[in-house]
Amino acid sequence: MAKIEVRNLTKVFGKRPKPALDMLKEKKSKDEILEKTGLTVGVNRATFDVNEGEVFVIMGLSGSGKSTLVRLLNRLIDPTDGQIQIEGDDLAKMDDNALREVRRKHMSMVFQKFGLFPFRTILQNVEYGLEVQGIAKEERREKAMKSLALVGLQGYEDQFPDQLSGGMQQRVGLARALANDPDVLLMDEAFSALDPLIRKDMQDELLDLQSSMQKTIIFITHDLDEALRIGDRIMIMKDGAVVQIGSPEDILMHPADDYVRRFVEDVDRSKVYTAENIMTRPETVNMEKEGTRVALQRMRKADISSIYVVNRTRQLQGIIHAGDIAEAVNRDESDITPYVQKDVPTCRLDTPMHDLFNLSSTSHVPIAVLGENDKLAGIVIRSKILAALSGEEVNTSE
Amino acid sequence: MSETWEAIYAWFDAILDFMPELPVGTWIEDFVDWLQNAQFIFDGIRGFVAWVTGMFNSFFGLIPPILFILILTVIGYMLVRKSEKFGLPILIFLGLLFIESIGYWDELILTLSLVITATLISIVIGVPIGIWMGRSDLVKNIVTPILDFMQTMPAFVYLIPAVAFFSIGIVPGVIASVIFAMPPTVRLTNLGIRQVPAEMIEASDAFGSTPGQKLFKVQLPMAKVTIMAGINQTIMLALSMVVIAAMIGTDGIGREVYYAVGRNDMAMGFEAGISLVILAIILDRLTQALNPENRKA
Repeated sequence: MAKIEVRNLTKVFGKRPKPALDMLKEKKSKDEILEKTGLTVGVNRATFDVNEGEVFVIMGLSGSGKSTLVRLLNRLIDPTDGQIQIEGDDLAKMDDNALREVRRKHMSMVFQKFGLFPFRTILQNVEYGLEVQGIAKEERREKAMKSLALVGLQGYEDQFPDQLSGGMQQRVGLARALANDPDVLLMDEAFSALDPLIRKDMQDELLDLQSSMQKTIIFITHDLDEALRIGDRIMIMKDGAVVQIGSPEDILMHPADDYVRRFVEDVDRSKVYTAENIMTRPETVNMEKEGTRVALQRMRKADISSIYVVNRTRQLQGIIHAGDIAEAVNRDESDITPYVQKDVPTCRLDTPMHDLFNLSSTSHVPIAVLGENDKLAGIVIRSKILAALSGEEVNTSE
Repeated sequence: MSETWEAIYAWFDAILDFMPELPVGTWIEDFVDWLQNAQFIFDGIRGFVAWVTGMFNSFFGLIPPILFILILTVIGYMLVRKSEKFGLPILIFLGLLFIESIGYWDELILTLSLVITATLISIVIGVPIGIWMGRSDLVKNIVTPILDFMQTMPAFVYLIPAVAFFSIGIVPGVIASVIFAMPPTVRLTNLGIRQVPAEMIEASDAFGSTPGQKLFKVQLPMAKVTIMAGINQTIMLALSMVVIAAMIGTDGIGREVYYAVGRNDMAMGFEAGISLVILAIILDRLTQALNPENRKA
């Protein structure tokens, strides 16, 4: 279900934006408008939906309008045109009081440079949003402490922001945003000012928190790795316009144009692909109705030295090797059960490719990919992992 | 060729002759005369200022000098206790003791009352104007030239309308001090408000603050250090006005300096002058020590 529906949201900077709006409707470019009218287009007719409970990442280089866009969403910048529907109410048309109410109860923001108040203690910073609502002291203190505990900052409540490291300061920023218990969290390059290692920790922590909170998070970043790590869906912007919206996989595998393709080229694919993307259809034998001869025949035909064994419902039972089965055939035994080895490398459909490296390097047989009810969904062979890493086509979920 | 030039010169001369002499002085005089129709307002202001100054004067006068010196010394000590720089309490103690010993205590109290009154009025008027300037470019563009005017006009000139409206004595002295000393408070309040980082303003807005909450919970606390620096400047300027105000009958240490100049009395001039310097340094260091930014250093 769409939590936020944005339609033709436009920001033109300047006092008389009308001519630029008309030119945008005629699909004129940002540069052309600047040249002809002297007006700067910040956001160009952006249309998208954000679903309830998802992490929606807005990505673009600097100047792409992503920071302007997120400020339009809570009207820190007033839009020139377009609608921002939040559960049916148009934020773009709200008066000051209604807008304040939305900002207090439904939408919080986390800032790139933290935006903490240096003259307030950590606790007072976290309390700020509750304080402006006029909530009683004990209650807001209690909520603020809970929020600080969520981000792991108990014991720091009486310190001042400049006594904390950057990572901790941003935790305070996050705690302050969470203290209001908003449905929507706007995060403007929230982790961009942090060291790479701290940034990764914060991303993990955000995902952890998100798995229990299920907020609707709109996350702005210029870092594709970050977008792919935390985004359920990613929207890519260029020159104020939306270029592509899709899942991380979509963006990687079907870039909408050269701009997105250039973005995607540098990505470390191992973090994005999962077993499902690189698995192949396995040859199998059904131990409940097929015997040694069938198994040997099938291995010879496929030119493989081992084969996975399943039962009638395709649940994985183990693996058999050609040598053992050939001897069994010579001895005229037809049951394969004694030769099934249970100890096989397995993974799930959503296991990241990164984790498959280790599995495949310690095993001589392909990795079995298990789907629902331990059914054998496919196998991953080593050459496929390497091929995917080098950028070859992989399977897509469609 | 030269004939052409002569013709041009003659032409310019003719223009200058044609220009009437603007009677700006007369206009201002007429304006001041006209304003005196509202004398009851000025009488009200006069009464109020005289009352405030009198309150401070009689309150400070009630305290025995030695007790007053000790209280101020303790306050000075409390302010610098953390930084462990004990120059301030020592300066207060010895300085005030010196002024008392040369017999200028009553004058000191009166001058102090005058400076405090002028500073309070400057803050009460100046800080709101500064805030308004900080929030509106239009107001800033209107007020800035007025402030320039107030600061560059020789301070003596204010004495004339001050006497016209408020007669002679301590009240026109306070009023002239306010006009002369208020600009730094206004300017630095404006600067302080404008210097608040954009991200903090955004944070304040994003959490649903009303404009008033934003002002009192974010902008003013952020601007406090800068505003305090402006108030410190205002106090110093008010003190520098003390001697000038003596010309229109304002009592206090300033009058002693003024008399000493008139009588060519070197001893009296320097005694009174040094007393003023001591008071100035004490007030300056005290207000600086009040500033949280300086206290940390």
